[in-house]
Amino acid sequence: MTDADKIERHTLAVLVVNEPGVLARVIGLFSGRGYNIESLTVAEVEREAGLSRITLVTSGTQMIIAQIKAQLERLVPIRRVRDLTEEGPFVGRELALVKVIGQENTRRGDILRIAEGFGARIIDSSESSFVFEVTESTEKVDQFLAMMAGHGRLEVARTGIVALSRGPDSI
Amino acid sequence: MSERQMSGAEMVLAALADNGVDTVFGYPGGAVLPIYDAMFQQNRIRHVLVRQEGGAVHAAEGYARSTGRVGAVLVTSGPGATNAVTGLLDAQMDSIPLVCITGQVPTHLIGNDAFQEADTTGITRPCTKHNYLVKDVEKLAETLHEAFHVARSGRPGPVLIDLPKDVQFATGTYRGPEAFEFSYRPPYEPDAAAIAEAVALMAKAERPLFYTGGGVVNSGPEAAAALTELVRLTGIPCTSTLMGLGAFPASDPQFLGMLGMHGTYEANLATHGCDLLICVGARFDDRVTGKVSAFSPGSKKIHIDIDASSINKNVRVDLPVVGDAGLALKAMLSLWKDERHGSRAEALKPWWKQIDTWRAVDCLAYEKGDPVIKPQYALERLREALKGRDDVYITTEVGQHQMWAAQFLPFDKPNHWMTSGGLGTMGYGLPAAVGVQMAHPEATVIDVAGEASILMNIQEMSTAVQYRLPVKIFILNNKWMGMVRQWQELLHGARYSESYTAALPDFVKLAEAFGGRGFRATTVDELDGAIRDMLETPGPVILDVAVDEMEMCFPMIPGGAAHNEIMLRRQDQHETDPAAREEGMVLV
Repeated sequence: MTDADKIERHTLAVLVVNEPGVLARVIGLFSGRGYNIESLTVAEVEREAGLSRITLVTSGTQMIIAQIKAQLERLVPIRRVRDLTEEGPFVGRELALVKVIGQENTRRGDILRIAEGFGARIIDSSESSFVFEVTESTEKVDQFLAMMAGHGRLEVARTGIVALSRGPDSI
Repeated sequence: MSERQMSGAEMVLAALADNGVDTVFGYPGGAVLPIYDAMFQQNRIRHVLVRQEGGAVHAAEGYARSTGRVGAVLVTSGPGATNAVTGLLDAQMDSIPLVCITGQVPTHLIGNDAFQEADTTGITRPCTKHNYLVKDVEKLAETLHEAFHVARSGRPGPVLIDLPKDVQFATGTYRGPEAFEFSYRPPYEPDAAAIAEAVALMAKAERPLFYTGGGVVNSGPEAAAALTELVRLTGIPCTSTLMGLGAFPASDPQFLGMLGMHGTYEANLATHGCDLLICVGARFDDRVTGKVSAFSPGSKKIHIDIDASSINKNVRVDLPVVGDAGLALKAMLSLWKDERHGSRAEALKPWWKQIDTWRAVDCLAYEKGDPVIKPQYALERLREALKGRDDVYITTEVGQHQMWAAQFLPFDKPNHWMTSGGLGTMGYGLPAAVGVQMAHPEATVIDVAGEASILMNIQEMSTAVQYRLPVKIFILNNKWMGMVRQWQELLHGARYSESYTAALPDFVKLAEAFGGRGFRATTVDELDGAIRDMLETPGPVILDVAVDEMEMCFPMIPGGAAHNEIMLRRQDQHETDPAAREEGMVLV
């Protein structure tokens, strides 16, 4: 397999005008052209300018990733598209809420030790369950879930990642 | 311009006029009645009443393509909007600037499944360049002007404004387009270093070729003039896509004809064999490239396109140049002159010699029939009959006749050839001809049609009669959906499933029923007289030409095949690789 065929995962930061339908445009572009969305988060970030920021994780060959960026840039309400993966180091974090529902033989101490190791906060507990909040990279969240899976039934809600470039450079 | 208070409906008309629109194609209905009422009380905008909303969009496309201006459409909510969808996508695929205004149910009813309600912005999002739902009359003027700005800027395309009925009645402040600044600013100016690199490649290539497309036409007549001068100055051969025909004169000896699936042998073999491919305003679509992995395998590729997303989409290129085709061509031209490269005719002699051997194959040759009229012959006779007329516009429907028209009719000027390229919309040609004729009342406007396609929008004959538009409909009638039949013969074991029309109308009577005139030619000796009748009879005319039913359109590069596997005649089909045939069957 050459570099050109290799599937890469990229994290994109997209600044959009916060107008009705803008998210549908972005999602429609991905579904219509058969691109992947691994995660997508969106919220208003500049109220006065009416701008929202979409953080999008996608995967594809170099040619596809370049197409995705060019296609996004073509949309009228899109102000800026940055490929954080390509443009240098960045930090990405996602928040997960994880409910661990205990089994009869579960030791609560083990669960709490794992949580402590990941810096997860307890935000709810009952006799047979915990809800943890963990904010970490996607890989770390995956690890956390894998370790907890041995200690009970899990219910998980994740935000998908939000990301910023490292250093003083700004979008 | 000063501010004025007016209703939303009046703003629509004011904005159309302020953006240079003199003609709007439309069809009234409940949700646009306020706009039609305002229309009744003014005389700056002329309205053309079509017979189905789909016709309005194609007519606006014909108007836009033949004038270089933005076409305007006005239709009602619900079915009015959904009928417009095909035309919008057609304009999107072929980069035609349109502004389409659709009525919508009143704001408070949106989402209630009200009568004639449709989620128009939702439905049209993927088939417009951009769209808007305007809920506040104070935002209407700016949105209307922005719609025109977006439609005509960068790579042109259709823009839709969905306008609820209560907003049309509401009163607000109107300002002209100069009062606003728009944030949508696509790049125009090509990078000077890339231009210099392109010129350097052109100056030393041994087998260069220009491959030009609709982007040159869209860029305007100056772009076509710059292309023509550059091609002639350099001595480099030139081929064109279907959409680009006319940008470089077809009568010029440096023109190799159209390339692609039904392009000429010389154009396709030159594309396959060149060492430098200079693509200007074309997009390497599958009808041009055939099998992508075997497309122009030995060439360096320059790609000039105003849409960065067209670059490296299908074919990887060596030198991308993002910008306006006209500006890029002018920059190349002036650099070519400054650096005194002059003509490369001498250096390119071996290349031209090779091209001449391909030309000698005479790929458009066909067996003449008598008394049966061959469709190619009919077009050759039409071409003869049109000689000496300087303002001839050709529109087409979609299918074999369209490809034959592209092969056999002469296109020496840009904006004189209107055809549905990207979407391949049967039924495009007649309404498009209506739009062209509205813009050019004195010109000769001919819709080259097939008997199947013409029935898809035949109702627009009534529009042509109402506005006394002398459009000429030249039907190559073979009783089959010819291109479907051709593919069934080549790829589906000659199982002609549903491609024969067992009941066709009498097109002569049909023309007369609409209030036009009809003529028929069934044998070779009737043809010239019938063409003369068609051209000389005032008003809308249908000429029904009965042509050879089984004729095939060649050359043809079967789907999934490479350019050097081009078929010139029926017998060539067994020579193609069976794997490619199978792959081709899956493709469209």
